[in-house]
Amino acid sequence: MCTMIQEHVTITNESGLHARPATLFTQLAAKFQSKITLANGAKQADAKSILTVLTLGATKGTELVVTVDGADEAEAMAAVKEFLTTHKD
Amino acid sequence: MKLQGISGARGIGAGTVYVYTQEEICIDRTPIEEAAVAEELHKLDDAMQTTIDQLTEVKAKAAATMGDAEAAIFEAHIMIAQDPSLLTSIRQAVESEHKSAAEATEGVIESFAAMFSAMDDPYMRERGADIRDIGDRLLRNILGMTPRGLAHLSGQIILVADDLTPSDTASLDATVVQGIVTASGGPTSHAAIMARTLAIPAVMGVGDSSALRTGEQAVVNGTDGIVLTELSDDEFARYQEEGARYRRVLQTMKESANLPAKTKDGHDVLLFGNIGKADDAAKARELGAEGIGLFRTEFLYMERDELPNEEVQYEAYKACAEAMDGRPVIIRTMDIGGDKELKCLALPKEMNPFLGYRAIRICLSEPDMFKTQLKALLRAGVHGQVHIMYPMISSLDEVRRANALLQEAKDELAAAGVAFNGDTPVGIMVETPAAAMIADILAKEVDFFSIGTNDLCQYTLAVDRMNERIGQLYEPLHPAVLRLIKQVIDASHKEGKLTGMCGEMAGDPMATMILLGLGLDEFSMSATAIPMIKAVLRSVTVDECRHMAAKALTLGSAKEIAAYVTRIMTEKGIEL
Repeated sequence: MCTMIQEHVTITNESGLHARPATLFTQLAAKFQSKITLANGAKQADAKSILTVLTLGATKGTELVVTVDGADEAEAMAAVKEFLTTHKD
Repeated sequence: MKLQGISGARGIGAGTVYVYTQEEICIDRTPIEEAAVAEELHKLDDAMQTTIDQLTEVKAKAAATMGDAEAAIFEAHIMIAQDPSLLTSIRQAVESEHKSAAEATEGVIESFAAMFSAMDDPYMRERGADIRDIGDRLLRNILGMTPRGLAHLSGQIILVADDLTPSDTASLDATVVQGIVTASGGPTSHAAIMARTLAIPAVMGVGDSSALRTGEQAVVNGTDGIVLTELSDDEFARYQEEGARYRRVLQTMKESANLPAKTKDGHDVLLFGNIGKADDAAKARELGAEGIGLFRTEFLYMERDELPNEEVQYEAYKACAEAMDGRPVIIRTMDIGGDKELKCLALPKEMNPFLGYRAIRICLSEPDMFKTQLKALLRAGVHGQVHIMYPMISSLDEVRRANALLQEAKDELAAAGVAFNGDTPVGIMVETPAAAMIADILAKEVDFFSIGTNDLCQYTLAVDRMNERIGQLYEPLHPAVLRLIKQVIDASHKEGKLTGMCGEMAGDPMATMILLGLGLDEFSMSATAIPMIKAVLRSVTVDECRHMAAKALTLGSAKEIAAYVTRIMTEKGIEL
């Protein structure tokens, strides 16, 4: 069976996904088995790769499409969403 | 010789130039044999591990010398070095394109760096430099070269480089490096951020830095973004002394930043900040400003095709009042004359703009424009302790006419049912000798005075201080100026009102004791001067200052007064 979940999440952090928050974010994503993908328009990022996350250029107010696929996708989505909407740095 | 750049970190530093250049990386671009692929991949893995080890070490060092924020940069670098997409891309280029590990690394790093450099956000654009920094380190490790770094520097150095990477600056010793000059980069570059953290004066983006040669003496004026070379020994020594003084002052500032502005005998003094934009209020607060003694409103009129409307002004004044969170904010009404060109207000060029059609004189003949500003100010008064201040007053009639327009503004707001503060205090700048001489009369009409020493000095001494040939005649400690200041303060106190000062003299530590002794109630200055003035205040008593002011008023010249002040301050061990 092949499922995956997808949600739209808006960044609330004042400085967006800059180096520091992006570091923490990728560390968080790496804890999950699922493949986690972020998309900002046409730009796509692997949530476990800080380089691709940074190149999204996500600033405050950017709406990202988060796609999670894998065994722990529900927990992963919840954690990722919480970080993107509540982290302050 | 003078090089112009952008201010990266404030302060003055003097030292011997060290031009930081790197051993160049040479990459052999010959495709590798299929048989060599495994060996290259092995080399890559080893170099990557070395890179991560080095970064971990550098991170620990940065945490110790520069704090957690700086160390966090290296945490990000480590993450990038460990990034699966980075290593995978490099490995692919080796395996499928038969590139050497070095060539593959160079290509992949460059493509990632280019992505960053193309981004809109200036902060993110600068991060391309971080990627290149990691790539540079990795390449040097692949090729068996020594890593970059500045740990070997000694003496008093002015560091000159094209740009500086976190790897370069992690090992930088702030007691050795007196100043930093970069050819490229701006105020958000890593080099600038690091220089501000370490309080090393820095000038960024001078363009061509080839004029600066290792071994020659140079001075970095980070405040004005200037680099000076080819100085005489005397000049160089003077800048060295100024740099040393700046560092001592920084130390004092650090120590006094969170202490109250109180004299040794427990007398509280109001230290306020001068600002030119509402945004600056927060910074002034950080530096210890207990209020805003001068909010210049000219920025609203600059670079604008039309006069600023009431809403635009209201928002700016409100923002400032809110940023100060209930502390006093003295907002000066428009103070512009023929020396400035404005698109929104055609002012004729004049022979003597400082004696011409300017400030309150314009406002009184343009009552609609003036009332718009007054209404915005009255409305902003609902959000904080807003004070209104008229500039350039030279007669009682002007005060009365301005106040009559203020009353009209109140009546119109009331009629329109708009919320405003009807009790907004109103004061004047005392900056003409005329106003100072009739201060006793004016004090009955207003709620406070603020002495504008820049103009008061220029008008009293009849000196245009921009004129280089007579600039030395501009002496704020001139007995004539001090006597006028005393007269103004005495006149306000007689009416139970306060006198502040918002000219440069208020932020000049040489004048602090005399002004306090004369009874000045509030000192308003560029916020960066606050910690220094506070340090002076905290080491004196009011009685000493009164005695000193009385003595100074008997002296015949500014030079004698300055010498007297210097002697007393040296005796008291106060460093400037």
